[in-house]
Amino acid sequence: MSVRSQSRLALAALSALALSAVQPSSAADQPDPAADARAFRNYFTNKFPNVKLEDFVNGPYALNEDMRRQWEEKEQFPPYEFSLETGKELFAKPFKSGKTYADCFPHQGIGIRQNYPYFDEKEGKVITLELALNRCREANGETPISYTGEDMAALTAYMAFTSRGKPFDIKIPDDRRALQAYQNGKRYFYARRGQLNFSCATCHVQNPGQRMRAEVLAPALGILNALPIYRSEWGGMGTVSRRFTTCNSQIRGVPLEPQAEEYRDLEYYLSYVSNGLPVSGPGARP
Amino acid sequence: MASSIRVRAIANGETTDVQTLIQHPMDSGFVSDDKGEFIPAHFIQELIFEYDGRKVFVADWGTAVAKDPYVKFSFKGGNKGGELKVSWIDNKGATDTATVKIQ
Amino acid sequence: MTTPRSGSAFKQKDDKEAIKWLYGKTAEPSKVKLDAPEIAENGAVVPISVTTTLADVTSISFVVPENPNPLAAYYKLPPGTMPSVANRLKMAKTSNVIVIVEAGGKLYSATKEVKVTVGGCGG
Repeated sequence: MSVRSQSRLALAALSALALSAVQPSSAADQPDPAADARAFRNYFTNKFPNVKLEDFVNGPYALNEDMRRQWEEKEQFPPYEFSLETGKELFAKPFKSGKTYADCFPHQGIGIRQNYPYFDEKEGKVITLELALNRCREANGETPISYTGEDMAALTAYMAFTSRGKPFDIKIPDDRRALQAYQNGKRYFYARRGQLNFSCATCHVQNPGQRMRAEVLAPALGILNALPIYRSEWGGMGTVSRRFTTCNSQIRGVPLEPQAEEYRDLEYYLSYVSNGLPVSGPGARP
Repeated sequence: MASSIRVRAIANGETTDVQTLIQHPMDSGFVSDDKGEFIPAHFIQELIFEYDGRKVFVADWGTAVAKDPYVKFSFKGGNKGGELKVSWIDNKGATDTATVKIQ
Repeated sequence: MTTPRSGSAFKQKDDKEAIKWLYGKTAEPSKVKLDAPEIAENGAVVPISVTTTLADVTSISFVVPENPNPLAAYYKLPPGTMPSVANRLKMAKTSNVIVIVEAGGKLYSATKEVKVTVGGCGG
């Protein structure tokens, strides 16, 4: 070998060593939710530089002027008004035990929606607001209500309303299982499924603002902040559970049971990466 | 349960601005149910607003008015504290009415 | 009646200019202002409103020609009621929306096309 090629080889070897020293070790798999949230937010603010951060919670209305005007007109006297009133009544109605929903929640259940879902360290699972409401019922001698039905939508509409404007404040405790739930949710979000082979990201990360058939796709950032929503398409109010299950059906996949572990973990992930954005629910959508 | 009628009437200088949202299916008769049968038309036919004993706005509606219908209009002469009466009748003969004070 | 300027009118590239050349004046802008979306976000709930500067308005109606029954709503305005109405209509498919304003015994109208992707009549 010539001197030149020898030194080239040495240089290459040195470079390789230097590079490997800079490469992270196998701890690269360690989840970093805070970094994820920053990157998630930056992706959307870079993609839509003219949209204010708080406005992302308004979904397609933040991205389409014609639709926004229709929404603003309807918000003058919103279609979810009746559901909201029903929710307030249901929330105050005593159970067979004599207690009410207020007894199951901190702050009497008022102004707490932005803290859900949370990771319950005793049980080792994610607790969503909908799950907490049904558990409250069962603890007080009542049968659980449908996660995709109108009553659950009305109750969560009322609770969201009492938190309107409050920034999402989802916590991930220093617990390996909480991190796993978060990662599980993240994985679900990015995994493809169904006959259409779409992931949540396919529509809501890659194509927000674009039309998919008749709908203008909402950005994933802040997408849960407006829930529950009155959809013109449904002619009524729908919960997070309803949206997740119908979304799965729409991409021709088999929906999971409402409040299945993957759905709760998905809600956990999506809510966490939208931390800081305000609660805008109950909302209205096409 | 409360009335199906929600009204906001606000005095604004010489005029009173009125917005109404009514809980009603406004079924057009063109939609079929899960069994494939048409859901019969069920809609508000007439909506009347009265102030001081006289009609200030009358709506004649067909099935093309949206579910949970909304309407907004303004009229001269309403006073703060004055009462606005709203009533409707649908094609099944059902009625509802509400009275609200102008804010 | 001779129209010596019509030759020049035909040569105009701008529509307003052409009319001015032909008539020596321009048409009055419509006194009826119809507000409706370009593309309805959902045909089941389309916010549509009208306002007008016309005097003595006694009624306002909305017509959607492509609906199974074109007449959608009819509003009677007694004296003292402002000539302005906002409502939410169903549209079966892309259609013109026509508003008819009855003022001083005459009918005036305005039209706007609203595109509908998801029909409001259960389609």
